[in-house]
Amino acid sequence: MASHAIEVKNLYKIFGPRGEDYVDVVKKGMGKAELNEKHGHVLGLQDINILMPGGCITVVMGLSGSGKSTLIRHINRLIDPTAGEVLYDGTDVCKMNENDLRQFRRHKTAMVFQKFALLPHRTVLENTIYGLEIQGIERRESEKRALGWIERVGLKGFENHYPNQLSGGMQQRVGLARALTNDADILLMDEAYSALDPLIRVDMQSVLLDLQKELKKTVVFITHDLDEALRLGDKIAILRDGRVVQQGTGQEIVLSPADDYITAFVKEVNRGRVVHVETIMRPLSGNPEGLPLAAGTVLETAARTMTGAHINTAHVVDADGRPIGAIDLQTIIAAMVTPTSHTDRQAA
Amino acid sequence: MAICSFLPELLCKFPAIDDGTIRMARKSVDDGFKGFVRSYGNAIDAVVQPLQWFLNYLERVFVGSPWIFVLIIMVAVVYFGSRNVKITIGTALSMVAIGLVGLWNDTMITLAMVTVCTLISIVIGIPIGILMARSDRVQAFVNPALDVMQTMPSFVYLIPVVMIFGIGKVPGLIAVVIYAVPPMIRLTNLGIRLVDKEVLEAADAFGSSAWQKLKNVQMPLALPTIMAGINQTIMMSLAMVVVASMIGVGGLGKNVLQAIANQFFTVGFLNGFALVGIAIIFDRTSQAFGRRLQKHSEVIHG
Repeated sequence: MASHAIEVKNLYKIFGPRGEDYVDVVKKGMGKAELNEKHGHVLGLQDINILMPGGCITVVMGLSGSGKSTLIRHINRLIDPTAGEVLYDGTDVCKMNENDLRQFRRHKTAMVFQKFALLPHRTVLENTIYGLEIQGIERRESEKRALGWIERVGLKGFENHYPNQLSGGMQQRVGLARALTNDADILLMDEAYSALDPLIRVDMQSVLLDLQKELKKTVVFITHDLDEALRLGDKIAILRDGRVVQQGTGQEIVLSPADDYITAFVKEVNRGRVVHVETIMRPLSGNPEGLPLAAGTVLETAARTMTGAHINTAHVVDADGRPIGAIDLQTIIAAMVTPTSHTDRQAA
Repeated sequence: MAICSFLPELLCKFPAIDDGTIRMARKSVDDGFKGFVRSYGNAIDAVVQPLQWFLNYLERVFVGSPWIFVLIIMVAVVYFGSRNVKITIGTALSMVAIGLVGLWNDTMITLAMVTVCTLISIVIGIPIGILMARSDRVQAFVNPALDVMQTMPSFVYLIPVVMIFGIGKVPGLIAVVIYAVPPMIRLTNLGIRLVDKEVLEAADAFGSSAWQKLKNVQMPLALPTIMAGINQTIMMSLAMVVVASMIGVGGLGKNVLQAIANQFFTVGFLNGFALVGIAIIFDRTSQAFGRRLQKHSEVIHG
């Protein structure tokens, strides 16, 4: 089974000298605050079950303190779990011995860090080959590979600069090039873009999406920004206080938030960029009218196309061009402006 | 004291262990140590013999070479170390001044001594510093030892050193190293402990072994602090060679000692200034060299 999927199963992390002793009380329902107060231990993660499909971008979203950075560090075991499993291709990362773990980190994973974590005394090129150097690959070969990635992330000409000479956005490109040069199946991105300013962040998101189209790596992306999560994530898991509150596709989360917490998040989201036309279309009655819109088109694009063509109705077509539903501008605009809350859904 | 008439004597006059017992204890420790020196003295001498050879060799090289060679080499080392014309000219001028007042040979002896002491301090200090940085327990043991080494008056530890090694260069060297190695150890430890945790985590995430982490991340990033340690060690060696002259180390320190004994005001100051001169040369050069190693941190994205 080489699906390159990562499966996190029943994962618990309790920080403190005797974390294992408290797994059972947490399983019985003791919360984060109570555990800290009674036993002086900090509950990092509880009962995490996430399947991160191979070749997809899985985004783990949460505010600070929600345990998202702790979670990503379990995948390459920079943090040891208190209980639970992290399976990759059928092997439990948490049970690897020191040597296997080192080989796993060298060949299967690469990581990009929030604060870049570049080596300040090495040039861009020397930073980029770091992973290959650790693996013991010959210098000439690793430089050749590194130069290719440096060019791909748009840093050609900066090979001999030191990180200090680069802007934050450029430094993170180095971080990305360093991770990609490793040519690992798993790419771990720990708030990789959180330290960048908004325009550069969007730019870097595009770089990642473009690369992912051809690389098809198993990407785990941590962020506190829902817009970023919705833009990048094939799958999104939302963490709160060390617990998964909801997981699913971006649309599922925006259209049916699981609780108040997520509703509050989702309210601010530009739904026009998340919701697809096929989600709100009506069944086709009669002949398809207006111009065709491919399934998977987001509402914003659909609205722009329709207003551009001065028409009010359109029909949705599937990948083979067969009409599968009808839609009009009114519905689109209504769906873009009405925030859905989970209470609405319950009332309905 | 009047107050003592109200207090029991025990609380007024400190109840010291009686003289006889102390004398006994002292005698047995002294005898024990003397016995130890008698039985192992030769063995210890044999172990440190290579140091003696190295010292003698270096001293012969420094003193025996024509002064013009030594001067040219020194100026070249200073220039290529610091890449600073001012420091280089200063070095040449002070060395010429030292030669003019007739202290060339003594300065060479001192230079040889300081060079050996610094090298030994680095060789001993860096590994201990690394061990200390890796383990809090080692740190807890080594730190008090370093405190003792730095605060114990040097005359006190000269006693056992002289008892074991007698009078000469090697005991002097050991005394100097004891005094000069603590900053090397402390600053190596500090430098490694201050290395950015994020960068270390990145090194781990890419699967670095402990040795790769030390070589690629910890030592390079700790280098500025380690360079400061080397600088401190050189300065302290220079200060200590004067004290070490009391147990037979030659050079400028010996002249100072004679000047103190005979109240030779001018001789004392001339030798003192010669020491200051080489101290400044060492200091400026090693600092400029350290900064040059850090050139990557000077160019900042604007």
